[in-house]
Amino acid sequence: MPVIGNINDLPKIATRESYGNALVELGKEHDNLLVLDADLAAATKTGTFKKVFPERHIDCGIAEANMTGIAAGLSTCGKVPFISTFAMFAAGRSYEQVRNSIGYPHLNVKIGATHAGISVGEDGASHQCNEDMALMRAIPGMVVINPSDDVEAKAAVKAAYDHEGPVYLRFGRLAVPVINDRPDYKFEIGKGVTLKEGKDLTIFATGLCVSEACVAADMLEKDGIDVEVINIHTVKPLDEDLVVKSASKTKRVFTVEEHSVIGGLGAAVSEVLGEKCPTKITRLGVQDVFGESGPAKELLHKFELDAEGIYKNIKANL
Amino acid sequence: MNKLELQKTAVEIRKGIINGVHSAKAGHPGGSLSATEIYTYLYFEEMNIDPKNPKMENRDRFVLSKGHTAPGLYSTLANRGFFPVEDLLTLRHTGSYLQGHPDMKHIPGVDMSSGSLGQGLSAAVGMALAGKIDNKDYRVYVLCGDGEIEEGQIWEAAMFAGHRKLDNLVVIVDNNNLQIDGPIDEVCSPYPIDKKFEAFNFHVININGNDFDELDKAFKEARATKGMPTAIVAHTLKGKDVSFMENSVEWHGKAPNDEQYEIAMNDLKKVGDALCQ
Repeated sequence: MPVIGNINDLPKIATRESYGNALVELGKEHDNLLVLDADLAAATKTGTFKKVFPERHIDCGIAEANMTGIAAGLSTCGKVPFISTFAMFAAGRSYEQVRNSIGYPHLNVKIGATHAGISVGEDGASHQCNEDMALMRAIPGMVVINPSDDVEAKAAVKAAYDHEGPVYLRFGRLAVPVINDRPDYKFEIGKGVTLKEGKDLTIFATGLCVSEACVAADMLEKDGIDVEVINIHTVKPLDEDLVVKSASKTKRVFTVEEHSVIGGLGAAVSEVLGEKCPTKITRLGVQDVFGESGPAKELLHKFELDAEGIYKNIKANL
Repeated sequence: MNKLELQKTAVEIRKGIINGVHSAKAGHPGGSLSATEIYTYLYFEEMNIDPKNPKMENRDRFVLSKGHTAPGLYSTLANRGFFPVEDLLTLRHTGSYLQGHPDMKHIPGVDMSSGSLGQGLSAAVGMALAGKIDNKDYRVYVLCGDGEIEEGQIWEAAMFAGHRKLDNLVVIVDNNNLQIDGPIDEVCSPYPIDKKFEAFNFHVININGNDFDELDKAFKEARATKGMPTAIVAHTLKGKDVSFMENSVEWHGKAPNDEQYEIAMNDLKKVGDALCQ
């Protein structure tokens, strides 16, 4: 039985679309929700919110640092601002504004970062942020969520609104399979989701790599390798109990993320296991290099973050 | 408050600055002393605030964008009754709530954490925008340094404030003409400051920022200005009223030793005594 059914049969939606749609739904319930953009409403998909709530959509122009500070000021007056731009600018350009104007005073600002990772595609390395989770994770009190599909992304936006304090939400440009559309699906910040139990090794995956990891697990199953697949949608705070529990059972861990192997999921899992349950771990991800231009699918293949690449790397490292 | 009362209050605030920085053996007296009349006028005359209810919903807001002159803000807040004046002696001490730069989470009356230059104005713009969205009548005041406006984010925020016609926002530039590396027009001149803000669609007022009559006139004019934010370019004297600190780059970020402390407090006592004659 495949982990998520036949992946080719599943509908595909980019999580940036989910972000825009979720904001519209939440906006209907909460008057204090505002959406800020930096001239990218069409790309971040917050244009849908702008159409429904033009008076609550604030375009700050191409000035991300200022947008971040404005959001901080708005939040001190009871607003819940979602600032929206590419991950490169949200976490990269505005790092210090996020750190000092939002993180240090622990303000109730949500950062909706779209176009994360190499799946940005053709725009290339300048716009492919593979370091955002590392940067955001290092800020005290920041929650970092990297949803795997449409269902999870929408749930994450709602959970972020309900959470008092800063939240970094990571979304992608590429349409990805909807793998969480099941009646018992539940999203809780900081709780990992076991998609398949297994005894030989654990794959901790995050973001769009979760569906790819599920397919890789099916391929390994055919080789007689019983894989546990765990979706870590919240990279911070990490579900340490689940990580330790699974690692102590399978005694072999792989992490998969569309992010640098420095500072993201692989680092977070390594840190916990190093301290609490020393386990051999292999970090699959962007291997301390910049991305490049190309169609997203081809890049995921080239960087060995599609199911085939994950399968190959696990086999080679067993 | 009448002018004499404001002047006397300013002397007390200056004493608090010197006491705090001396006790901390660190901190920024120069820019705190240059802006003392501005702090005094705002907190004792202009702003709708309540020291007993620092989070009052419709209060006027103040953001110290040049956060390193926290000693000036803290001394003003203490003298206004937000917390005990004696606590100024804990400035920058380990465990004190009076952090080196303003910390809104722990200091009563501080509306925004600041200190990293260039960021406070954006937060103030956000507060002013929230007031417009909610049809509230509170006003937002933000104090920037003249060196600070070399930061690009200041102009991003100014562009937005002008574009959105935030007439509930007043930016005060403490133009004492000195930054750490020297006179601002020698380091990387931001002049002409007034024309820059005009170009960003602000109403601009040039004043002597150490003169309460001029401050009074300027803030009234700002209040009467509709359809655009106001920038007050306040020409001030860095280190004002402490003889050896006046117009001296050296005293931007340095604490007086015990001997210098005595001279400074004596200087301020003389200013206070003169006001009582």
